[in-house]
Amino acid sequence: MENPIIELDGLTKFYGSVKAVDDLHLKIDKGEIFGLLGPNGAGKTTTILMMLGLTEPSAGTALICGVNATTNPITVKKRVGYMPDSVGFYDNMTALENLMYIARLNGIPEQEIQMRSRQTMEMVGLADEMDKNPSAYSRGMKQRLGLADVLIRDPEVIILDEPTLGIDPSGVKEFLSFIRHLSRQQGLTVLLSSHHLHQVQQVCDRVGIFVEGKLLVEGNIETLSHNLFGEESFAVVITVKESLPASWEPMKELEQFAAIKKINISEKAVEFSCTENMTPDIVRFFVEKGLSVMGVHKKEFGLDEIYQRYFENNVKKNISNGKSGGLFQRSLFKRNKTQ
Amino acid sequence: MENPVVYFKGLYSKGIKHNNNLLPPASPFTVMVRKEVADHVRSWRFIIMVMLIVLTFLGTMYVSLSNIRKAVANVNDPDHLFVYLKLLTTTNGTLPSFQVFISFLGPLLGIALGFDAVNAEKNNGTLTRLLAQPVYRDNLLLAKFIGALIVISVLFVSLCLLMIGGGLIITGVPIEAVEFFRILGFIVMSILYVGFWLSLSICLSVVFKHAATSALTAIGIWLFFTVFYRIIINIIATAILPNNSFMDPGATLAYNNLLLDLLRIAPGQLYTDATTTLLMPSVRSLGPLTMEQMAGAIPSPLPLKESFMIVWPQVTGLISATTVCFAITYYLFMRKEIRT
Repeated sequence: MENPIIELDGLTKFYGSVKAVDDLHLKIDKGEIFGLLGPNGAGKTTTILMMLGLTEPSAGTALICGVNATTNPITVKKRVGYMPDSVGFYDNMTALENLMYIARLNGIPEQEIQMRSRQTMEMVGLADEMDKNPSAYSRGMKQRLGLADVLIRDPEVIILDEPTLGIDPSGVKEFLSFIRHLSRQQGLTVLLSSHHLHQVQQVCDRVGIFVEGKLLVEGNIETLSHNLFGEESFAVVITVKESLPASWEPMKELEQFAAIKKINISEKAVEFSCTENMTPDIVRFFVEKGLSVMGVHKKEFGLDEIYQRYFENNVKKNISNGKSGGLFQRSLFKRNKTQ
Repeated sequence: MENPVVYFKGLYSKGIKHNNNLLPPASPFTVMVRKEVADHVRSWRFIIMVMLIVLTFLGTMYVSLSNIRKAVANVNDPDHLFVYLKLLTTTNGTLPSFQVFISFLGPLLGIALGFDAVNAEKNNGTLTRLLAQPVYRDNLLLAKFIGALIVISVLFVSLCLLMIGGGLIITGVPIEAVEFFRILGFIVMSILYVGFWLSLSICLSVVFKHAATSALTAIGIWLFFTVFYRIIINIIATAILPNNSFMDPGATLAYNNLLLDLLRIAPGQLYTDATTTLLMPSVRSLGPLTMEQMAGAIPSPLPLKESFMIVWPQVTGLISATTVCFAITYYLFMRKEIRT
């Protein structure tokens, strides 16, 4: 990381006594798509607002394109396009007028505004709907109009807060691939926050997992899953026709294999966790034992699992806080965390 | 020596640029003010308020025009020669004069233009969108204020010009400079007065999350000052102050002045005081005068400068009240979290 375009250094934000963002260090390179993942209330939006100078950090600095966002918000906002999570438009203007207003605020020369607004509307696929009132827009169309807002001023960095919220799956796919395409084509740096893992997984070069104001881990998805699941990074689930008893005798033979770490039998499905890909051997074994293999499913450790691992702790803590006698559970949680 | 062509190059190209219609883009602030003005002019509530004000204006003009002959011919009135001031103030008792209507409707106009200035933007999600653009945060607030103020100013100036023009056609009496400046003073006072309520309602729109709450609070404050404030002051005065008959004249005067000063906390009172003095040149004082002070005074109109001297405290009071409201708004808004 020679020349990070976004550099957060010890960023901290208190709301009263609540720590919304806790000593955040993050560097994002030019041209990268970075996904900020976390459950609701993890401090993602607060972090983004601090990057734009819209909220003052309690400590630390946010450098965007080498400019301090807290002291020079205007310079930063000229170069960064931000789409808020619940983007709203003026209902007394058409979509195109809404966009033209934003263009004017960004100091685009009056002669170009009309043309550029139309071009941007076409780019985001709203060419046919641009004279409609945005209150008649669907959620997905509003998001695209929000993206047009961001794109009209040729930003260097795009920050999207929950861009996929409330759009249907095909819309999400389209939206994200459009963002990826843009980023690759124009060398844009994209930071997007989400709690939707699958979607982020599709487009992000790197993700950071953000819980309770802390960046727990960052990196690309392969590294993350490797770090987390260590040796048990291959998992196969085999479904058979016959139901198997919990302690099925021939399984002992399989346990002889060094690569197989764990076997889990639940009636018709058997789950294997292995250090290397053992699928052919396992299937051969089943066939030799005369079982009818109905399905073989190789599990990928996606963000879901990563997420799950990280949030297990979080969930446990919430449960223990909810109960009065949570001392035992809290100590359990602590142990979990140190693992 | 420098080549003259090089020297002139910049100058000419500058001119060419302008000819080519490459205007420099307007500053974000101007853009926002323009948008605010356009929004107000198109909004229903403004149209309704304007209709109300124009109706009262027409009504009062009708009444004063039908009584103007009597008023101008009334030799006992030292102001009877100021035809245009008479147009604004003459009534026959059926309708209050225009300035009284404005002291009543002006706050409503100000509240209508400002009560949802910030919270509506916030609730619609447009506030974040707007502030993510390269604009200063205070520009938004200032644009809201200035935009509404422009609309109000245009309204009052055009109404008064209409009145002068109509008066010219109907009476055929040329307007005098003194009258013109007094009417101008009246317009400025009216704008200031509405400006105060505007800045108060913008302040409330920053404080309260819902537009309805801020509108109701603003109307509550307005009702309090127009109706209840005077009553409360009177009740307290009669309860606390000693009986009139046991006081010497000096003490009575002091108490009366104190009461008047208390009443002047209400912006409506300041406005009425100021416009009365401006539109009725024979008004010499806004407080009680002793017999000694009145001795030898001939009931005649005051010169313009003296009238302005009398209302100056009122003008300052209104300006400072507006400024204080705006400063509070500014302070609250600059530190406010903009996320919804």
